[in-house]
Amino acid sequence: MLKRFLSLWFPYLITDRQLIRQPALREMPFVFAAPQRGKMIIKASSIPAVSLGIRPGMAAADARALQPDLLVLPDKPGLEEKLLQGLAEWCLRYTPVVALNLPDGLILEISGCPHLWGGEEPYLESITSTLKSKGYHARAAIADTIGCAWGMARYGKSTIIAPANQRQALLALPPVALRLDAQTLDRMDKLGFSRIGQFIDIPTPTLRRRFGEATLIRLGQALGTAHESLEPIIPQEPYVERLPCMEPILTANGIKIALAELLKTICLRLSKEKKGMRKGIFRGHRMDGKIEEISIGTNMPSYNPEHLFRLFSLKIPTIEPDLGIELFEMEALLVEKISETQESFWHSTGNDVTALAELLDKMAGKMGQHTIHRYLPQEQHWPEHSIKVTQSLEDRPSSEWKTDRVRPLHLLTAPEPIEVMVPLPDYPPLNFRYRGETLKIVKADGPERIEQEWWLQSGPPRDYYTVEDESGKRYWLFRLGLYEKGDPEWFLHGFFA
Amino acid sequence: MKALGNKDEAIRQLREKIMEMEGFTQSMSTPSTSLGLGPIESAFPSGRFTLGTVHEFISPNPNDAAATNGFISGILASLMCKGGFCLWISNRRSLFPPGLKRFGVEPDRVIFIDLKREKDVLWAMEQGLKCSTLSAVVGELQEISFTESQRLQLAVEQSKVTGLLHRHNPRSQHALACTTRWRIFSLSSELEDKMPGVGFPTWKVELLKVRNGRPGEWKLEWKNGRFNQLPLRKEQTKEALFPRRQQYA
Repeated sequence: MLKRFLSLWFPYLITDRQLIRQPALREMPFVFAAPQRGKMIIKASSIPAVSLGIRPGMAAADARALQPDLLVLPDKPGLEEKLLQGLAEWCLRYTPVVALNLPDGLILEISGCPHLWGGEEPYLESITSTLKSKGYHARAAIADTIGCAWGMARYGKSTIIAPANQRQALLALPPVALRLDAQTLDRMDKLGFSRIGQFIDIPTPTLRRRFGEATLIRLGQALGTAHESLEPIIPQEPYVERLPCMEPILTANGIKIALAELLKTICLRLSKEKKGMRKGIFRGHRMDGKIEEISIGTNMPSYNPEHLFRLFSLKIPTIEPDLGIELFEMEALLVEKISETQESFWHSTGNDVTALAELLDKMAGKMGQHTIHRYLPQEQHWPEHSIKVTQSLEDRPSSEWKTDRVRPLHLLTAPEPIEVMVPLPDYPPLNFRYRGETLKIVKADGPERIEQEWWLQSGPPRDYYTVEDESGKRYWLFRLGLYEKGDPEWFLHGFFA
Repeated sequence: MKALGNKDEAIRQLREKIMEMEGFTQSMSTPSTSLGLGPIESAFPSGRFTLGTVHEFISPNPNDAAATNGFISGILASLMCKGGFCLWISNRRSLFPPGLKRFGVEPDRVIFIDLKREKDVLWAMEQGLKCSTLSAVVGELQEISFTESQRLQLAVEQSKVTGLLHRHNPRSQHALACTTRWRIFSLSSELEDKMPGVGFPTWKVELLKVRNGRPGEWKLEWKNGRFNQLPLRKEQTKEALFPRRQQYA
């Protein structure tokens, strides 16, 4: 069967996306740049910038010399792929076979599709004009081969190459339209080949000797004599399962059966894809049009239907069937890959972590996820900020737990003010009053000064003292502020073991 | 009638059987699970700190609670030395995770469950104690009834998880189905040659009750990542130094 391909080219992909988000930039020249070998190199430039001669590959500093008020935005690596993925999914309405063509295009296999739009011309027109109305500049070309369509979209004048006519179309294009590497292009330039037509008739052995096998393959792919494969995107199907009922369900038992049934099907799919549910929602569509729903979250991705059933079943009593539920729906809102490496992480078997995660899920189901805390160190000195909460069991500390400074075992959530007697500034107190009791300090360590994190908050520093009273109880006290600057306040912040 | 002849032998065997049922098995406390408590461990009938049972700690005020948690953390360090997680269930938590590091516990291996009601703490403790993958479960609360403590004991008998029950300022100190009852007080730290500053965490450890063992009092300090026994001075053993609450007397 005759194949037809459409190549889509987005010459201003990233800048177009920026303009969609920030229409105010339309008239302004702006570029995206990323650091490369110590220089900011332009990765993409907008149409006004290109008209000023600012092209990708230039140094941002050189571009600023051309246009002093040039706006330089940081480039996000991987953004093109994300955008193209989205566009490719959108293109699925035109053909079922769409492939990414990084960094700036898409390839659509359109065999047997254009007649639905009334021919290739209206088909191509429909794609480009819809994209344009969305704000993306796009050029497209249709040909028998991917190579030819690619070259025509970027370097050709005509957009639709009649079947078996690619050789004629290629003759006038520059060699770069064949997707050759920079070294070969450079050599062709030196030899004075500026059109494909100038070397297309040279015998194959000579071409191979001069420019290598890759050139011949590319030429063959453009002409249709060599094979080129496509890797079409596979659209993500949402993780939703539905179960309609013959008769409205009223009983908890009926709901349980529906729940188990839906979990079985969704878990089968998840286990095949080696994925697990982190968040799930179970909906019941009632006869009167209202939707009853219960949702769960897990600490670790899970595809174990029994475990998920246990989590959901804790909440079944909150469902009000009223006149009856006629349709059940199960959706996995958050799905994550099941990591295979967790075994070695904890020097224990994967089952152990799974059992723990299931225990925590059970607790979260009864008491709420907010009751479960696991802490990781945070590289900040302010005691309250030195830890952060993590929700996952698999997160590892990004830095070591600090032991160079002594920290109390008990920390009060809010420091409590105390009255102290201090012999000299910067000395630990002689005694302090806490909750109506005067405690005499016998031993003390400190001060350890902790400055405010000025980028987060402002205020005086804290000077911490570790003190021990007569009976051997150990406290963590601090003075907020300095004696030189007015009257500082003292607080009790924690207890040592 | 034959059994009568071996009466002593039969009693000894029965006693061993009972001990085993109560969690005092020799096989469970292999040398690697010795907690380094030194002379305290000899107070236990098996000569080792019993694992797979529930231990009760009582602290009358917030300050001694910190000392008790310090002692508990020292025990946790040995229980968790082979990896694994520990649950810390509490309705009055003031524990500061980075402080655990000093006692050899990786704070990110401890999962804190902060609940409001004591009933929930007990429920969570029971669930945790049933999960044999945990290294230990610590529960902090005020009151617990005998029946509730029995439920915890039943849970550990299956899973062999060690439970550490920390009671803050309990109204009454009635008997519980726990293997031991401890009280830990802070003592002033001792520094060599009268050096200035605060020394290592030092405690008076009172083992008030231990099933089939000998209760006693010791002075311990936490030094260089392990328990270190110190001689207990006469005046420190006096009840007068730490007046017990009226209810207790």
